Amino acid sequence: MNKSLKRLDLIFKNEHDADVILEKSLKRSNEELIEDLISSGLKGRGGAGFPTGLKWKLSAEATGKEKYVICNADEGEPGTFKDREILSSVPHKVMAGMAICARIIGSQKGYIYLRGEYKFLVPQLNKTIDEFHELLDKLNLDFRIEIFLGCGAYICGEETSLFESMEGHRGEPRNKPPFPTDAGYKGGPTVINNVETLAHTYSIFKYGPEKFKDLGVKDSRGSKVFSVSGDTPTPGIYELEFGMTLQKFVDDFGDGDAKAVQVGGAAGFCVPRKKFDKTVIGYKGKLTGVSLPTGGSMMIFNSSRSMYNVLHNYLDFFVEESCGQCTPCRVGTQQLLLGIEAVKRGDKSSLYLEQLLSLAETMRITAKCGLGQSVANSFSSIVENFREEMIY
Amino acid sequence: MKEQVNLKIDNLSVSVDEGTTILEAAKKINIRIPTLCHHEDLCVAGNCRVCVVEQAGLDRLQPACANPVSEGMEIFTNSLKVRNSRKQIIELLIAEHRAECTTCYKNGKCELQSLTNEYIVGENGFIPLVPLKGYTVDEFSPSIIKDDSKCIRCQRCVRTCDQIQSISALTVAHKGGEMKVSTFFEKPIYEVVCTNCGQCVNRCPTGALTEKVYINEVWDALYNPEKFVVVQTAPAVRIALGEALDMKPGEIVTGKMVAALRRIGFNAVLDTDFSADLTIIEEGNELLHRLKRALKDKDPDVKIPMTTSCSPGWIKFIEHTFPDMLENLSTAKSPQQMFGALAKTFYAQKMGVDPANMVSVSVMPCTAKKFEANRPEMRASGYQDVDYVVTTRELALMVKQAGIDFGSLPDDDYDSIMGESSGAAVIFGATGGVMEAALRTVYEVVTGREVPFDGLNITPVRGMENVREASIKIEDPVPEWDFLDGVEVKTCVAHGLSNAKKVMEAVKSGKADYHFIEIMACPGGCLGGGGQPLPTSPEIRKKRSEAIYREDSGKKIRKSHENPEIVQIYEEFLHEPLGHKSHELLHTNYVARQRY
Repeated sequence: MNKSLKRLDLIFKNEHDADVILEKSLKRSNEELIEDLISSGLKGRGGAGFPTGLKWKLSAEATGKEKYVICNADEGEPGTFKDREILSSVPHKVMAGMAICARIIGSQKGYIYLRGEYKFLVPQLNKTIDEFHELLDKLNLDFRIEIFLGCGAYICGEETSLFESMEGHRGEPRNKPPFPTDAGYKGGPTVINNVETLAHTYSIFKYGPEKFKDLGVKDSRGSKVFSVSGDTPTPGIYELEFGMTLQKFVDDFGDGDAKAVQVGGAAGFCVPRKKFDKTVIGYKGKLTGVSLPTGGSMMIFNSSRSMYNVLHNYLDFFVEESCGQCTPCRVGTQQLLLGIEAVKRGDKSSLYLEQLLSLAETMRITAKCGLGQSVANSFSSIVENFREEMIY
Repeated sequence: MKEQVNLKIDNLSVSVDEGTTILEAAKKINIRIPTLCHHEDLCVAGNCRVCVVEQAGLDRLQPACANPVSEGMEIFTNSLKVRNSRKQIIELLIAEHRAECTTCYKNGKCELQSLTNEYIVGENGFIPLVPLKGYTVDEFSPSIIKDDSKCIRCQRCVRTCDQIQSISALTVAHKGGEMKVSTFFEKPIYEVVCTNCGQCVNRCPTGALTEKVYINEVWDALYNPEKFVVVQTAPAVRIALGEALDMKPGEIVTGKMVAALRRIGFNAVLDTDFSADLTIIEEGNELLHRLKRALKDKDPDVKIPMTTSCSPGWIKFIEHTFPDMLENLSTAKSPQQMFGALAKTFYAQKMGVDPANMVSVSVMPCTAKKFEANRPEMRASGYQDVDYVVTTRELALMVKQAGIDFGSLPDDDYDSIMGESSGAAVIFGATGGVMEAALRTVYEVVTGREVPFDGLNITPVRGMENVREASIKIEDPVPEWDFLDGVEVKTCVAHGLSNAKKVMEAVKSGKADYHFIEIMACPGGCLGGGGQPLPTSPEIRKKRSEAIYREDSGKKIRKSHENPEIVQIYEEFLHEPLGHKSHELLHTNYVARQRY
């Protein structure tokens, strides 16, 4: 098949020049560096899409206690496996991004919050960290990075739960405000960025914001690393330009029989075949058609798949991975799961799906954190687009 | 002065201090936003999401309890979006909750139930989760019953146990659909560090945590013609019982309570205040005895500071948390247990009642007293000294069951003997009260003069400050106590076990050089006890405290050693403080326990 999407190589190109880029960047003023980030249009690659430059700026302006830079490597979204690869092959880019951030905001301490299942990465990462510390000493930057190993809870990828986990508490999200830029880990102003975001900052400081901005469209600039899985002949990790339509994506990666793509993992949206060409992969904003953000998880389902089973699987996951703290998420996820089972069995009429959709909407607008808020994404998009599969 | 923030709530303008929550701002203009996980005594949780409100310009609803106001904010507390969401959240909670309201002990006092009524949550179609969970009720503890099937996971109890009491006997276990409030290794409450203080019970919005109820046992005793049933009432019951019987907080109902108990059918209505006075004599003398050994005899084995021992929650706490400091505890039993030991000995002899046929009931503001009565040490009379402990709440129910119109009852007096008391005993019910009562007596014993405070009111030890320190200088003592001349007796008062923990850590590390420490497990002392009427709040506790000090100042006798019945019992029965009989009946020993 004709591959129309351009493959990019900004992230994974092994450039062996972290020392040069770091030295060059540290000679520039904090204002200049932040300006570069802001003008590049880089947004958080974990999925939420908060402007990275603004995040650093807010933390730089925050006063008070000790500040922290945290790399969120708790890659837990079903169907995403890109951060593991980034940390395996180009960890120095991530660390360079952390160190520049530390200089800008005034932090001496950084952590890589590493997903428990990625324990195998620890020895090689520690080796890289040691080398990196030597470099920092040479550059006279008082900054140290440490690995903190998570214990496997999905919720701990949520930034405030991650802080709680690092502080030795139960991984449960906090109320926001205050936001991490004001009061994060141990109450100090904290920049917490996804692995890929930090790697991108390195590229932006190396090549300048223009080169980054040239990629992508409107509100969604730069490239994005996608984890492609499911019914595809070519599963794997791909760096692609933001702003492609889902149709183009499926043309490239599908097996010719794709009936749906789950964009953004269990917490993301399911797009049916008939909407492929109207769906654009990028952050919400001025894009034409429906724009869908993603942390990079792209799961393709072909016509042999039951979307009821897909949804059941996601809901099973949420019932288990909700922290249980807030009502809409703890009870809501259980109700959604039991509800679709009851409809399928015929214990509840198909009209019950309406009540469940309304419940999902309530969860979206009332749950405490992104987990509960985003259950509605997959639930509503699957139920609305594959209603008959839920009932029969 | 804090920065003022202007906002609109339901189109009404309001101006509040910076940092105020939306909930508080709404309250200021008399808009009630319903809450479940919120409690005035606890930190913000934002768990239940019942308080969500709509903020103009935002798609998602915001928790009013957790979010601070901001300038120009427009809030809608009753929009269609809010109503629909709130109702659905209540429906979710009902689906998770064993809503067998008619047979629930908390029926009529359950916060979830009243919200359900308000929002007319009927058959809503959500699937009941309770049958899927295989819950069992933990009813092994003599004090507290925990029924997970009624728990709505608001974590008020968890925050209470952690923040107010620094115990964390209750904590959150598991996650997602399996998440629940549990204990260390999910053991029964009876087997963990729980102090039975019942503060969690006071804050539980549903029937998930309740006291173990002994009402039926008490009625059985009352109906049994063979039994002579005596009842004692703790100092803090009389200033709170009214709340559970349609009266306002802070009303003193001593006379009505006595009348009601008599109508209910107790053979003798007696007063724990009597044995509170006795506690002062024993404990005060013990303090002086220890000071003498420490300061005059230079005995290295004597433990100073001495701490009070009236609060059974505190006792179990120190047994678990500072097992190496048990010798600092006064050996004096609590007033309840002194009373119990005397009821089946001294009182039984006087009245010609066979103690085997006597049933001793106590009415307490406390759930830990139920545990205390069951301690194996508490059988000095040869029988279980106190048979049944009922809380203030349980007594209110008994009054209702007996068909008594409490408000219209004429005042009645306690029976004699063991019914007379001083103002010093009344203030046992408030934090600082035991300290004040002890100082009134001890100072007078040592100097022959009254404590140098206006109207005997030792105000430095009063109030609701977490930890209060006061010292009193001994000058010109009587010859027997001349070694105390010029000594500044340093005292400390703490209430709530997190404060107790801080004080004891300071003592342990040598940072504090107190002579005498009063500790009450519950916030505010017994008046804020785990068995008191619901709800509880700083405001309500303040009203109860004012009532206690009002009752004290209205008493003819204000000092324990001037209570004529106390004088009489030493003449006739005990002979001397810390004497042989006292040792046998009125003092006890403690058990070192482990934390896990």
